[in-house]
Amino acid sequence: MSDVNDTVPDATPTRVSRNPSRKPLAIGALVVLVGAFGYLMYGGVEENLVYFLTPSELVAKGDKAVDRPVRLGGQVVAGSVQWNADALDLRFKVTDGAKEVLVHSTGAPPQMFRAAIGVVVEGKYGRSGVFESHSLMVKHSNEYRPPAPSEGGHPARLDKTLIRS
Amino acid sequence: MTRMLGLASVWIALVMAIYGIVVAVMGLTRNKPAYVASAFQTVYVNFALMTLAIGAMIYALVTHDFSIGYVAQVGSRTTPLLYTVISLWGALEGSILFWGWVLAMYSAVVVWTNRHRVGGLVPWSTVALLSICFFFFVLLVGPANPWHLVSPVLADGPGPNPLLQNHILMAVHPPLLYLGYVGMSVPFAFAVGALLSKEIHSDDWIRLTRRWTLSAWTFLSLAIIAGMWWSYEVLGWGGYWAWDPVENASFMPWLTATAFLHSVMVQERRGMLKLWNVNLIVATFLLTILGTFLTRSGIISSVHAFTTGTIGYYFLGFIALCIVVSLVLVAGNSEGLRSEGHLDSAASRETVFMVNNLFLTGFTFVVVLGTLFPLVAEAFKGVKVTVGAPFFNKMTIPICVSLLFLMGVGPSLPWKAASREQLRRLFVLPSAIALAIVVLAVMRGMRDPYGIAAFAFAGFALSCNLREYAVGTMARMRAHGEAVPVALARLIAGNRRRHGGYLAHIGIITVAVGVTASSSFRFEREATLKPGQVMPVKGDLSVRLKQLWGKQEPQREVVGADVEILRNGAVIGTLDPRMNFYRTQETPVPTPAVRSRPSGDVYINLMAYTPDGQSATLRVILEPFVPWIWFGGLIVAMGALVSAWPTARRAERFASVPLPPRGPVGSAGVAFPGTGLSGAALPMSQAPSSPTSTS
Repeated sequence: MSDVNDTVPDATPTRVSRNPSRKPLAIGALVVLVGAFGYLMYGGVEENLVYFLTPSELVAKGDKAVDRPVRLGGQVVAGSVQWNADALDLRFKVTDGAKEVLVHSTGAPPQMFRAAIGVVVEGKYGRSGVFESHSLMVKHSNEYRPPAPSEGGHPARLDKTLIRS
Repeated sequence: MTRMLGLASVWIALVMAIYGIVVAVMGLTRNKPAYVASAFQTVYVNFALMTLAIGAMIYALVTHDFSIGYVAQVGSRTTPLLYTVISLWGALEGSILFWGWVLAMYSAVVVWTNRHRVGGLVPWSTVALLSICFFFFVLLVGPANPWHLVSPVLADGPGPNPLLQNHILMAVHPPLLYLGYVGMSVPFAFAVGALLSKEIHSDDWIRLTRRWTLSAWTFLSLAIIAGMWWSYEVLGWGGYWAWDPVENASFMPWLTATAFLHSVMVQERRGMLKLWNVNLIVATFLLTILGTFLTRSGIISSVHAFTTGTIGYYFLGFIALCIVVSLVLVAGNSEGLRSEGHLDSAASRETVFMVNNLFLTGFTFVVVLGTLFPLVAEAFKGVKVTVGAPFFNKMTIPICVSLLFLMGVGPSLPWKAASREQLRRLFVLPSAIALAIVVLAVMRGMRDPYGIAAFAFAGFALSCNLREYAVGTMARMRAHGEAVPVALARLIAGNRRRHGGYLAHIGIITVAVGVTASSSFRFEREATLKPGQVMPVKGDLSVRLKQLWGKQEPQREVVGADVEILRNGAVIGTLDPRMNFYRTQETPVPTPAVRSRPSGDVYINLMAYTPDGQSATLRVILEPFVPWIWFGGLIVAMGALVSAWPTARRAERFASVPLPPRGPVGSAGVAFPGTGLSGAALPMSQAPSSPTSTS
């Protein structure tokens, strides 16, 4: 910073060429900075990728999938749901038709959660073969489509006696 | 009839846009001013036509004209009127129509306010604006045509996406977002206009561009905050930011626009960074189009991703075209974009601006990478992945903390170079405040280094920015014998741009404090309760479920829980979190209930219940300081308003206080004194005594 000069008025657009000896240095610093940043970013992405897998894919991956963040999508197996309302402890199995994975989660399931519904759980597959989920989403279809009567229509939301006028 | 009116308006506007482009180019190349004037007329006519088109669509929505494709897609006779009107932007075609209307409006305003300006800048910018209009009009008659005929006509429609008709903020967030997003087209058009007219070396275009960027940026800032608020009030997980692609789409151009608003000062003041600034403008515009592509093409699934066909290809083609045109134009203007100045010292304001730009563009890269990575991975490796919030947090929190620090350093440092003595004087007090906050935070049990750093730098930056007001106000009080409010008002009036900027800083700091506190001290508890049962939450706070109830509304069924908030067993408030069942969607849409205080929110969401009303599962979330985020957004907007408000140049003399001048003000015309005290040194007697003469 040799050419500090406070008295030069900056209103005059005289072109002052940069000290040539500083230029390679600046470029070098920039390259190092961008490189380091890029490396950090790439490493960050690799580390924090969440794979979206089906139960079959998860089982097939075996050890490679253990203890890594995964989004597991499939259907809730009928009859597999164990819900302890007092302990807020939920266990159920998810299937894609071929393989089943046991899922454990704490916290209340969403209102629409039930057997045979599509779910996406996010969490990690433990060594014990239980998928520890920290987030459970019922897979909602974004299509605007009223449920067909064959799907049972809507179940009663709430007992009639509780309905306010 | 309505349908024909709307469709015809868009078609005529499309033809007019082509006509306008042709005559403008002919007028400019053959030097025929009448042609250019005719091109200006087309911009006004297009605005009228698009107003007609959008009016026709609103009429069709309100009258439930289900013969029109868009109405059949989003309309329903049971939807309340307000949500029927705002479903205009509730799906793809309507949102593109709205976009086209905003763009036509902006174009008309740009032409009208600059129609007497000499030179080729405005006509060439008009060509650019009409070209962007042309692209959106093509979408409106092609892949996003909202007017297609439905046959047979149904008696009723499905109504808007439940998520989008569940909260009043849906009437606020999207228009703000479009005003901001589409507003970024104007700086881009000015840049293209300046490059085409070879006026890129002039200060004129950068001043125009700066003002337009600032207003678009303000709308975008408010839109982002409103979007966060919507997400907080509707989605039910108690958060406001999830690094969702849609949020990122609105955030990326905000980052580059923020970078531009800072680096443009270096250009105005020192004649540097010209090429960089043009690139920032282009990048900002491209990021708005990229964001629209991401959210509207359906390649990313989210609330905003409406099912579509081929529209993505149009956007990709348009982005490619814009990149090529920009590159060619920039390459052809390399002489006009050369830097006139150079860095004098590392301890100067321009250095801080450059570092700030480095961080902001780095931030943008992180967000772009994280947002696009899943697409790239799926396209090339065939794996379905998401880049989780941990990536974004890990990468961006250090950047945010650094930016907070810079927000204090930048305003304090003078242009060119600061002396050692100045540095000591400037930073001793703020550093002491930061240190005190660190000690306090550690004593209170905080351990997360980034959280502590965020609070400390927030205190640092806040004291730096406040000091700028304090020093200037006190100088005026001494010099003119003014009272505190008068001195402060005149200080701000004297250089609105500068002091508005500081106010915006204070707003951002407020947001940062809100975000840091609410994420660091978030507390969450969930339990299944029977009516009358109490659930302890934290400390002396508990909640009691009173009862469950249901309600039938025309468009939905509502199930609610009346919950009392207790402090030491005494009721201090009631909340009624709800669950809304819409006919068209299986999953209910929650309406969490929030009790908001400056010190923090009690946020209750109804998670599940039994139909007999005998139990309900509640999630109670305590989030300190959340309202600070919304409030901070307002401060940012106020600061931007102070900055952007049209100011006569003679108002600069308010800044004058009798201190030795540091040198002439920059060549940019608008004075931007180096330190708060070095304005244009006019004799004191010339300083007007009334702050109202600034218009």
